[in-house]
Amino acid sequence: MIEVNGISKSFLVSKRPPGLAHAVKSLFRREYTVVEALQNISFTIGSGEIVGYIGPNGAGKSTTIKTMSGILVPDSGTCSIMGYTPWKDRVSYVKNIGVVFGQRSQLWWDVPVLDSFELLRDIYRIPPLEYRSTLALLVETLDLQALLHTPVRQLSLGQRMRCEIAASLLHSPSLLFLDEPTIGLDAVSKIAVRQFIKTINEEKGVTVILTTHDMNDIEALASRLLLIGKGKLLYDGTVQGLRSRYGSKSGAAEASQLQQASASTSEQGHSTGSLSIEDIVVQMYKEYAL
Amino acid sequence: MIKPYYAVLRLRLSNGLQYRAAAYAGIGTQFFFGFIFIMVFEAFYAQTSAAAPQMSLSEVVAYCWLKQAFLAFIVLWLRDNELFQLITSGNIAYELCRPSGIYGLWYAKLLAQRLSSALLRCLPILLVSFFLPQPYRLELPPDFAAFLLFVCSLIIGLFLIVAISMLIYISVFITMSPAGSLLMFSVFGEFFAGMIIPVPLMPDWMQRIVYALPFHWTVDFPFRVYTGNISTLDARAGLLFQLLWLAALIFIGKIAMNKALRRVVVQGG
Repeated sequence: MIEVNGISKSFLVSKRPPGLAHAVKSLFRREYTVVEALQNISFTIGSGEIVGYIGPNGAGKSTTIKTMSGILVPDSGTCSIMGYTPWKDRVSYVKNIGVVFGQRSQLWWDVPVLDSFELLRDIYRIPPLEYRSTLALLVETLDLQALLHTPVRQLSLGQRMRCEIAASLLHSPSLLFLDEPTIGLDAVSKIAVRQFIKTINEEKGVTVILTTHDMNDIEALASRLLLIGKGKLLYDGTVQGLRSRYGSKSGAAEASQLQQASASTSEQGHSTGSLSIEDIVVQMYKEYAL
Repeated sequence: MIKPYYAVLRLRLSNGLQYRAAAYAGIGTQFFFGFIFIMVFEAFYAQTSAAAPQMSLSEVVAYCWLKQAFLAFIVLWLRDNELFQLITSGNIAYELCRPSGIYGLWYAKLLAQRLSSALLRCLPILLVSFFLPQPYRLELPPDFAAFLLFVCSLIIGLFLIVAISMLIYISVFITMSPAGSLLMFSVFGEFFAGMIIPVPLMPDWMQRIVYALPFHWTVDFPFRVYTGNISTLDARAGLLFQLLWLAALIFIGKIAMNKALRRVVVQGG
């Protein structure tokens, strides 16, 4: 479904030391450093997978998501998603994907949620019948009924995030990008969001690519993990594989704990266990000197 | 085809119509400035000893009131901060995941902003200025044809001004701050559009510059069609020129937008 091949992207970042003298100097001569946000990233993702995409801040996770959703144009490399090249066939491609940026909002700030939804219905040209049934499903599974007529500015972050996710799924995309969907959410909302992602993946077969810093998200959802650091892809494999490579100190206990965690019911599982996935990731970051 | 843009227009319109207090304040301000402008012109006309100017005082008065009533249709400084924020904060990421051209969506938003703002203001101003004592009264157009041509030219003028202001928004992709381009466009654009003084009252050499630029088609042209200062024959030809400029500006805007998007950097991670 997704084939990414040797994607690279660099940004120019302007730099100057603090202070007035340097500020004046930079009026005449700007200094830039080139940041290699992505270097030769390649992977393939099959239909119906949930893939966790992790890495420290500034590793290039969001850049990858933005490239795959057609927003950014990479410097080199190819990418084929459902037969489209995202940045070239942007307008026809984006009908098939949903994107949630956890730190941004796509809902109109001053109008009720439903108005934003109806706008999206018209923008995506969703047939009325289909819109009604999708909306009903989303309202039920995300528990939105009470929120639909409230202006977005008066929603809490957790409520808004549920609405954002619903907004990204109104047009029934077969591929969903979630860029930090659980950022800043409380435990209840986090679990609700995870549950929902699992549901649409299982019932509608939506492929999900998810970036997060919360390893519980990954354990609860993703069977496969991509680890990126400093623009390079460092690990591509299962969560179990990661454990057996780094957390082999406590084999059996680990396995049972994983079972617990992936059911997403017991949040306390790994705080008492020997080596949590969080620790493993920290170890990996250290090993690769990130 | 047009549906998504219409939906944006409708939502933005209903959103804009919420701001009643701003509209009342606007009406007050626009009356105040209308009187000031007319008084200044009145004084000039009383003192002039040169040959009769190319525009009569009553034409200038009509020009001023129309300018005040349809201010939201003609000023370049009217801005949509949301769009600027989209660009500078990186929220444009969401706009780019929509299956429509950004140019069209933003065009619809800007159009709706101007429409909602003008709808709330123009009627009271027009109504009152029709009943003001002379010399401040707004006279009716000389004939019905002039009125019809005025309506057409005003509407095309509105489309033109939105196409011009799109260029301001596109420039923010490069400059990352709206202040500079907004100031440049509004100071030069509005002067060349005839916002400060009607074009016929400018010196000849300056008129030649003005007529070479697109701005005067948005302000000077429709209002002078209304007063009959531009004959119906010239007005019909003018509509054609307006449409040509409109096509050219949209074409340029779309190309510039595509160029900017290819190099877009989504700010703020």
